[in-house]
Amino acid sequence: MENKLIASSSPHIRTDETTQKLMLDVIIGLLPALVASIFYFGSNSIVLIVVAVAAAVATEFACQKFMNRPITVTDLSAVVTGMLVAFNLPPSAPWWIAVAGAIFAIAIVKQIFGGLGFNFLNPALAARAFLMASWSSHITGGFIDPVTDAVSSATPLTVIKAGGTQLPSMMDMLLGNIPGVIGETSSILIILGGLYLIYRGTIKWIIPACYIGTVAVIALIFDGGSLLPYHLFGGGLMLGAFFMATDFATSPVTDKGKVIYAVGAGMLTMLIRKVGGYPEGVSYSILLMNILTPMINMYVKPQVFGVAGGKKNEK
Amino acid sequence: MSTKLFTFKGGVHPPTNKSLTQNVPIENAVDPKVVVIPLSQHIGAPCDPLVAVGDTVKVGQKIGESKAFMSVPVHSSVSGTVKKIEHHYVPGGAKVNCIVIESDGKFEVHESVQPKGKVENLTKEEILSIIKEAGMAGMGGATFPTHVKLSPPQDKPIDVLLVNGAECEPYLTADHRIMLEKSEQVITGVKAIMKVLGVEKGYVSIEKNKPDAIEVMQKAASSEEGIEIIALEVKYPQGDEKRLINAVTGRVVPSGGLPMEVGCVVENVGTVATIGNAIETGMPLVQRVVTVSGSAVQNPKNLMVRIGTTFKDVIEQCGGYKEEPGKLINGGPMMGIAQFSDEVPVIKGTSGILVLNKKEAGIPEPSNCIMCGRCVDACPVHLMPYKISGYTLQKNIDAADEYHAADCIECGGCSFICPAKRPLKETISLAKKEILARRKKVK
Repeated sequence: MENKLIASSSPHIRTDETTQKLMLDVIIGLLPALVASIFYFGSNSIVLIVVAVAAAVATEFACQKFMNRPITVTDLSAVVTGMLVAFNLPPSAPWWIAVAGAIFAIAIVKQIFGGLGFNFLNPALAARAFLMASWSSHITGGFIDPVTDAVSSATPLTVIKAGGTQLPSMMDMLLGNIPGVIGETSSILIILGGLYLIYRGTIKWIIPACYIGTVAVIALIFDGGSLLPYHLFGGGLMLGAFFMATDFATSPVTDKGKVIYAVGAGMLTMLIRKVGGYPEGVSYSILLMNILTPMINMYVKPQVFGVAGGKKNEK
Repeated sequence: MSTKLFTFKGGVHPPTNKSLTQNVPIENAVDPKVVVIPLSQHIGAPCDPLVAVGDTVKVGQKIGESKAFMSVPVHSSVSGTVKKIEHHYVPGGAKVNCIVIESDGKFEVHESVQPKGKVENLTKEEILSIIKEAGMAGMGGATFPTHVKLSPPQDKPIDVLLVNGAECEPYLTADHRIMLEKSEQVITGVKAIMKVLGVEKGYVSIEKNKPDAIEVMQKAASSEEGIEIIALEVKYPQGDEKRLINAVTGRVVPSGGLPMEVGCVVENVGTVATIGNAIETGMPLVQRVVTVSGSAVQNPKNLMVRIGTTFKDVIEQCGGYKEEPGKLINGGPMMGIAQFSDEVPVIKGTSGILVLNKKEAGIPEPSNCIMCGRCVDACPVHLMPYKISGYTLQKNIDAADEYHAADCIECGGCSFICPAKRPLKETISLAKKEILARRKKVK
């Protein structure tokens, strides 16, 4: 038997958790919001989601094949990206927009930089920014009010930006019965999915809590209590805080770093909403904090046990 | 005992798998026909043989010794004839000089083995000499010579003895059974060490997943002054000495330093019990409790095994292999050393013999780091394992050093927790070795 024993370095046991299981959990966490998007916006939601996921997976496969890298589509990360790309589209967006977004997210943002874990931007959000720059009318318009089925109605945040007062009811806000991109409207179901991820230990509570908390505090200070629900539930904050800002590769690894990142994202979101040209700032604020993440990881390090201030403890 | 649970920041929760053996009382192993006793079973200078081929020896007879301070003697675990003195593979992976003794089956005890009396009637120096002469080295696995640990320099006053009964390694239950079945020996050992160190406080710390051991030890310690039982949170590596000191006393051992720098000495509970036995009976360290466990062992057991018995003999007494073994480990699954043969002897540091099946032994295929940060949260030293590992793979040892690779305690928590199955600890160990070698060169 001598030659049949495996003699490798310790540890000799590994956790059951795998990248694939983590991604599967994220997909499960997104399902409630997916159901809501179909419920409120109908069959085009299904088309956009299916097309985006298929395009994302196909692009990943093609890129890895072309670059002679191991094929890793089974880790499900491309499925997550595809879903998130679709979730960021208005309900009347054409199907090819979803394809373009998914290809950009996977090929340009993810694979060119080395694949999973090496992207410095959240692929889905970078794709949204790309689509916004390329076909802005398809991204900033084409919203549908699920109550009236009227096309091109403004989202609650657009109404606030224009100084309007015709805002949906609190209940509609929570349930998602409001205009918006297909995956962001049902705050309550997104929170449900997010809490599932926290319960499963897939993500930590720190980023969502600090991000949403910062937005809430700033909204309270500058817009008062009456507009607070719209700031929290009227745009992409819940989807962004639970599913976008928590992307592993593009958010800091330490708890302290996560706080800085999330508070920064919250401040930028409100800065864009209050001062910037866009009614909504979640995507850009997360993208900006993504860019700062390597720096946060470099400067916000855990205090090594027995090492004071990064130098040898003299005691 | 305080109701507060003591612990540290970081760590992981591997499945403990202790139920296989935790309720199995210690059983005397079948007497071996031949023992292979390495002359170096400890950290420090190897022993020179005191016997020659053809000599007859008895149980407890000193058969190897070194003049160096950083060394402990070895003793025969059987009575019989010295057959060979030759190099042999040991569980550490090296080939060291060993004394091969054929047992005569009589187990005659050597004349030198005499009870030493009560701790109260012995002086510090006498106890220290008993400990050294008994060949005591840390039986938790590190095998650091005990008398060296108990002789701190004048400028390092010690005020706390910590007895480590955490046994945080999965599968292992040897220390658990020792506390249950040999609590009196443990207490004798604790008292002896406290006397040597001149300390007022001795804490026996036990993970709370061993409530029976906590209860038994509390009862045994109830009439003793200064001995307290501490319940620790169940978390790996709770039994690492610096984590233990931090959990119980709140003190932080400085990077690269020893426990004595914060006034602490940590001894494994098995070591302490063996010291107790050496005082009570005079028998040196010639046998130890070994947990034989794992999915590929027929009947997992806790065995009292004579030092020098081969793994093969021990496993045979447990019904042999249940299926084809994939991995044979000296120690636990987190820090134990994988063996390439079952012909190696049980040594003073063999706390367990773990046999994993082919499936469990498989080395997982690593994929890209997804930067989830789980390794950073798991590291009990608060390092950033993914970064150190990344730099090491780029052969950037300077950067790995900057990220304190040398402070790694090689607990394996990062590799265990990594969802991408990256060989984090394995690469960090490599960097650590390189960094320590460079530092030595500079000196």
